[in-house]
Amino acid sequence: MTTTPTDTSAHSEGGAQPPAGSGPGSGSGGASAGTLLLDAVRNNMRQYGMLVALALIVVLFQIWTDGSLLLPNNVSNIVQQNSYILILAMGMMIVIIAGHIDLSVGSLAAFVGAAAAVMMVKHDMPWVAALVVSLLIGAAAGAWQGFWIAYVGIPSFIVTLAGMLLFRGGTQILLEGQSIAPFPRGFQEIAQGFIPEMGPYTQYHNPTLLIGLVVIAFVLVQEWRDRRRQLAYELEVLPFNLWVLKCTAIVAAVVAFTLTLASYHGVPVVLLIMCGLLIGLGFVMRNAVVGRHVYALGGNKAAAKLSGVKDKRVTFLVFVNMGLLAALAGCVYAARLNAGTPQAGINFELEAIAAAFIGGASMSGGVGTVLGAVIGGLVLGVLNNGMSLVGIGTDYQQVIKGLVLLAAVGFDVWNKRRVGS
Amino acid sequence: MTAPAEQSAPAPSGGTVLEMRGITKTFPGVTALSDVNLTVRAGEIHAVCGENGAGKSTLVKVLSGVHPHGSYEGEILFGGEPCAFKDIRASEQRGIVIIHQELALVPYLSLAENIFLGNEHAHRGVISWGETMRRADALLKRVGLPDKPQTRIADIGVGKQQLVEIAKALSKEVKLLILDEPTAALNDEDSRKLLELIQELRGQGIACIVISHKLNEIRQIADSVTILRDGRTIETLTVREQPDDEPEISEDRIIRGMVGRDLDQRFPPRTPYTGENAGQVAMAVSGWTVRHPIDHQRKVVDDVSLEVRRGEILGIAGLMGAGRTELAMSLFGRSYGVYEGGTVSVGGRDVLTRTVPEAIAHGIAYVTEDRKTYGLNLIDDINRNISLASLSGLARRGVVDEHEERRVAERYRKSMNIKAPTVHEQVQRLSGGNQQKVVLSKWIHAEPDVLILDEPTRGIDVGAKYEIYTVIDKLAADGKAVVFISSELPELLGMCDRIYTMSAGRLTGEVTREDATQELLMRHMTESLDTSTTTKSATTPAGGTSDKS
Repeated sequence: MTTTPTDTSAHSEGGAQPPAGSGPGSGSGGASAGTLLLDAVRNNMRQYGMLVALALIVVLFQIWTDGSLLLPNNVSNIVQQNSYILILAMGMMIVIIAGHIDLSVGSLAAFVGAAAAVMMVKHDMPWVAALVVSLLIGAAAGAWQGFWIAYVGIPSFIVTLAGMLLFRGGTQILLEGQSIAPFPRGFQEIAQGFIPEMGPYTQYHNPTLLIGLVVIAFVLVQEWRDRRRQLAYELEVLPFNLWVLKCTAIVAAVVAFTLTLASYHGVPVVLLIMCGLLIGLGFVMRNAVVGRHVYALGGNKAAAKLSGVKDKRVTFLVFVNMGLLAALAGCVYAARLNAGTPQAGINFELEAIAAAFIGGASMSGGVGTVLGAVIGGLVLGVLNNGMSLVGIGTDYQQVIKGLVLLAAVGFDVWNKRRVGS
Repeated sequence: MTAPAEQSAPAPSGGTVLEMRGITKTFPGVTALSDVNLTVRAGEIHAVCGENGAGKSTLVKVLSGVHPHGSYEGEILFGGEPCAFKDIRASEQRGIVIIHQELALVPYLSLAENIFLGNEHAHRGVISWGETMRRADALLKRVGLPDKPQTRIADIGVGKQQLVEIAKALSKEVKLLILDEPTAALNDEDSRKLLELIQELRGQGIACIVISHKLNEIRQIADSVTILRDGRTIETLTVREQPDDEPEISEDRIIRGMVGRDLDQRFPPRTPYTGENAGQVAMAVSGWTVRHPIDHQRKVVDDVSLEVRRGEILGIAGLMGAGRTELAMSLFGRSYGVYEGGTVSVGGRDVLTRTVPEAIAHGIAYVTEDRKTYGLNLIDDINRNISLASLSGLARRGVVDEHEERRVAERYRKSMNIKAPTVHEQVQRLSGGNQQKVVLSKWIHAEPDVLILDEPTRGIDVGAKYEIYTVIDKLAADGKAVVFISSELPELLGMCDRIYTMSAGRLTGEVTREDATQELLMRHMTESLDTSTTTKSATTPAGGTSDKS
């Protein structure tokens, strides 16, 4: 994208100084809380912008549907409806950060769903075993594509375009053009089930309340420890009252979401899976060495290689991960449909790519977060659901989603140019 | 210091075709050109000389409209009329064509298509191939290329490509041709042909500005030479009155103009390293040979052997294309070219540096000359750029300790005086000097024994330069071995204990601090070009260096 070096005069050399040694100086630090906050917002403009946009969309449809959007059963519904796209979007985000693209995930999801169906229905394999084998198939498919991309050097667009055809064909071969059903109850539960109810009768779903409390406690402890350590290292932190505000906002959001879910059937199984992925992948991308290497590769491959990043291995792993997630998405989709069908997964790759870009990815790689992909996916998901509730046809839904994608990325481009000049 | 008699003599034939007056061009933080004057007479070959960074390329970019009118001060008169070019197209319409060092040809299009690219012979948008081929053929003949116009660019050599560029220029009715280092990538035979062609064009009334490091070539073909230094015009000398005259000035005379500056830079005092292993050889390279990544015939680094000791700052001097960067990058994990042979030992033990991680593991670090392309992830922050090369050191079981990482970055921000409000500032928002400090921090934190610094002060201003010199001195005082590659001779003289010179991929000299002068270094850096020319042209008749004494 546009790189305008030394565009801000704010931190230029500060005039040729007389020899002052490398004296510590004041470091011109001491940025106020305001600038700190502004910086955070500016650096994550798209993500913050999309969070605000998501909130606006929710409020809009909440009013438009006379409150049916946020009814407990519909919230569960939104989560389950969009689960497979969100899972794909998380993997896709990592692929795009690394500077690649994966067009094959829809076909791969269909292929794995079909394979699971064949294993369970035709060969009576226990569903847990079928699930594990399915995930391994996905990982193997990812490794296959990763090999061509990372070690042979074929562009990912080509390799995964080939994969798109390959796995789609494979799906039809496996299923001989027909749907296979039904699945064991346990397998269906992956996409349709909820955490079982326990304990005495309350107005709410008890385990869900418990999970909500655990999440709140975890978040607060984490925030507190972070703050303590940053202070110990004499790093800059948010001022105390702002920090309290931030924590209150998080807690309020978690409480509202928990109560909504708890007044219906509780936490969907697939939500737990997604949260696990979000936390796990988010942690890896932010804190693990390999995650950092992904960002470095996408940001400047030449510089990353010269800094000792094993570019081929990292690229390979990114695609193995994508394959694994595509397989999981395929299983979730099949479980939701309770059938393996040749038509599964069509256009999933495009939805996942759109989610990633709405959520802050850049065409040239190097930027984006897993959380951003989820936010982007939710923007699309809530739009879908809300528009269906108010009776907008799928034809217009497509048009609107297309415009939203264009607007989101267009806003980002405009914003970057504005900041740059 | 300039004898007045040598000042630009009035034009014997024709008037002035180009006059650039008082050109001043500044980039954020750097003044590239300061009150530069250049006068080119009609039908002459005018050479522009100067060290790397003297402002030659900036000057021709101003002239050709790459830096548009309004982005510089001063005025340009071409054919007596003032010019205000807003882009290259505007200058080309007036007949000023520039041929860059990096050729601008599309490899998979034919010669004819390349010649008329952007200037196609077409009727209502449809190309008329007959006309195109006929005219291309005529132009190719004019520059002495026997190839068919249908040949693809990719199928001919660099020398011929250079001629195609000239044919392209001729198709635009060129009046003033600018060549930036035209023979840098050419072999002797191709260089000779090209120089002959330039002389032929002079006969046809086309004026020519040649930027070149090759002083023997300048003496051979130029009518006058303008010398730039530190962005200023130093002098304009007459080389010959008539095209066929023998040159009036010597290479030494030109060298004196190029380097004879007042030492206006100051260097921090050296603190010698006094550790118990002081003077021990930290890294020794023997017989290192590397071939060009595409043109496997060419040896870019040829049988180089050198050593650098603990606490020593070792300079490597050389002109552009001498193979210094290529040597450094190939040593650092074979990041350049095709390895042919040679060994490296670190601390007395032979080591393999086949990949960058291996090189880092053996305590070698390489700070690139091109920090934006090879040194930094511009869209990421200071924090993460500094930690990238030593992430595993900051991590436990594959998980980065973010607080420790930030603390480290914060420490370097203060100690290196990186001017940014926080370590979370995006690197692309920093000035060149501060970016350089980030790259240096990254490699210092990797704790290498040997640091190879490639043009560490390129494109940064005087104040930041001093800070970087201080850092380099401190590294040596701490017992690191520093290899300092630079095109700025005063910098090498001021900083280094010992200096190797390189030319055409070979080491051509070794000079100690006491013996080193700019003239001596420049001689080693350019003289070898002559010797390599003469040794080869002994077999080719009429080699271009008849004036060799």
